[in-house]
Amino acid sequence: MDKRTVYMDYNATTPLHPAVRDAMVADLDIFANASSMHEMGRRARARVEAARVSVAALIGAGTDPERIVFTSGGSESNNTVFATMFHLGRTGTRRGIVTTSIEHPCVLQAAQWLKDEGFPVTFLKVDGYGRVDMDELKSVVGPDTLLVSVMAANNEIGTIQEISEIGRIAKAAGAWFHTDATQAAGKIPVDVEDWQADYLTLSCHKIYGPKGIGALYLRKGAPLEPLIRGGHQEYGHRAGTYNNIGIFGFGAAARLAAEELAEYAHHVSALRNRLREGIVANVPKIRVNGHPVAVLPNTLNVSFPGAEGESILLYLDLAGIEASTGSACASGSLEPSHVLLATGVGPELAHGSIRFSLGRNTTEADVDYVIETLPPIIARLRAMSTVEA
Amino acid sequence: MSDAFSWLYSDVVKDHFMNPKNVFNPNEGFTFDAEGLTGNVKCGDQMLFMLKVADDVIIDVRWKTYGCASAIASTSMLSEVVKGLSLREAYNIKPDDIAKRLGGLPDNKIHCSVLGDKALRAAIDDYLTKTGREGEFRNEGVKIICTCLNISDRDIEDAVKQGAHNWETLQERTKIGTVCGGCRNAAEELLHEYVHIFAE
Repeated sequence: MDKRTVYMDYNATTPLHPAVRDAMVADLDIFANASSMHEMGRRARARVEAARVSVAALIGAGTDPERIVFTSGGSESNNTVFATMFHLGRTGTRRGIVTTSIEHPCVLQAAQWLKDEGFPVTFLKVDGYGRVDMDELKSVVGPDTLLVSVMAANNEIGTIQEISEIGRIAKAAGAWFHTDATQAAGKIPVDVEDWQADYLTLSCHKIYGPKGIGALYLRKGAPLEPLIRGGHQEYGHRAGTYNNIGIFGFGAAARLAAEELAEYAHHVSALRNRLREGIVANVPKIRVNGHPVAVLPNTLNVSFPGAEGESILLYLDLAGIEASTGSACASGSLEPSHVLLATGVGPELAHGSIRFSLGRNTTEADVDYVIETLPPIIARLRAMSTVEA
Repeated sequence: MSDAFSWLYSDVVKDHFMNPKNVFNPNEGFTFDAEGLTGNVKCGDQMLFMLKVADDVIIDVRWKTYGCASAIASTSMLSEVVKGLSLREAYNIKPDDIAKRLGGLPDNKIHCSVLGDKALRAAIDDYLTKTGREGEFRNEGVKIICTCLNISDRDIEDAVKQGAHNWETLQERTKIGTVCGGCRNAAEELLHEYVHIFAE
């Protein structure tokens, strides 16, 4: 009998949308260097530019192609922004960096790098739901602030920030505003105008496209220091031969994400709510993490006191359920999730947390299988635990 | 079962994880002569070992853990191995022996087998204390880490328990590595391990 597999780790990555796959396979032979002047090169370039327009449209950036810089992914986009701030801050009067304590590690570590280089860096606290406090933000952003960088939605708990308000505060102070929209894009509406974003990070493989391709939105007039030098590609912002197939796949994925957004949100939120209610009803003494309303439609993060996360994860895995632990224990660190700790979840609880992230392929039967499989796993681990639930 | 599982842990680990042996069950009416608790939930793992002893031989054991798959598997394996051993033999089991019997553990999970071993030793020490023989095996099974000054892993463990939580305070307390310094890497690894288990 084939083992049943239920994939609930869509915030980690997504499979290719079948239409993206078809588009990529159809275009697999468009090999010409999109910088070449000959006809084949020009044809490839036209396809690159069409993809750029689709990506811009997903985030309300209109059709101005220079606003989208293709990169290798979210980590590169985020690092490019912080590297730019390094160059600006070395010579300018504004040097303050304001970010949060729940950012993705690539932002946290880039910010830490600036701190180590002597920049004044503030890592904002968040409330119990993972949200930035607007009064605190106002109190730390001022005439010395160079950059405010706040993720639009959190990868672990799904909490969505008051991004347009944060953008307004950043811009009112004259700071550059960056938001990492890696998890938000394709799940909730993203609008660089409403958010007043100067920089916005996108990753393609989170929206049912290929890996190894991402983008950085760059508002007209916002400075950019290339991370990768050596070519005129991407309007001089990022050197390197055009990643034809990745860019084409990104274009298709962005177009579909925009078209299917409403249907997607409706589909996954109903399933996520069913999963949440099923777990709440069938597993005693749990804590649902993240904001109850301002949360990504597909994300559910739950703490199971008395049961350790990696053990839960691996029992689920043995039952064919692919989820993720809030604790990074399995990936080599013994530290519990920095996001959960920042929301005030104690280390005991943070060590026993699981993230279920649903996607466009998730079915009601998948959800019911998890609701049926999870309670005995938690009961079993709690029975052998030294810790009271 | 899942092929993907095998890269993370060996088949033996998987088997012990799925069907752990000698887990304490409150309905079973298990009575024990000694117990040992080690680890800290804040660090993500804690272990409790319970021993039934007759004539200095471990005749039965039970255990509980809040821990990851390798903590569960290595304690399950340990609980099978110690049954029938004398207290002294059990005290001298090395975490490495357990890891080997499990077909190896990932590097970052070695400490999970150390945890079971520490809980077992704490239980044996508890038994010795209860029977008026406190510290009888203290100096057994120690490994000399600093050969210049004859400082053992047990000395490092004791120093950590007494508050030496970094290299400087460990050196202050034990003078370890102050002659040739060749033991520093090994000593720091142990220090890190013991701080995780006993101090965090």
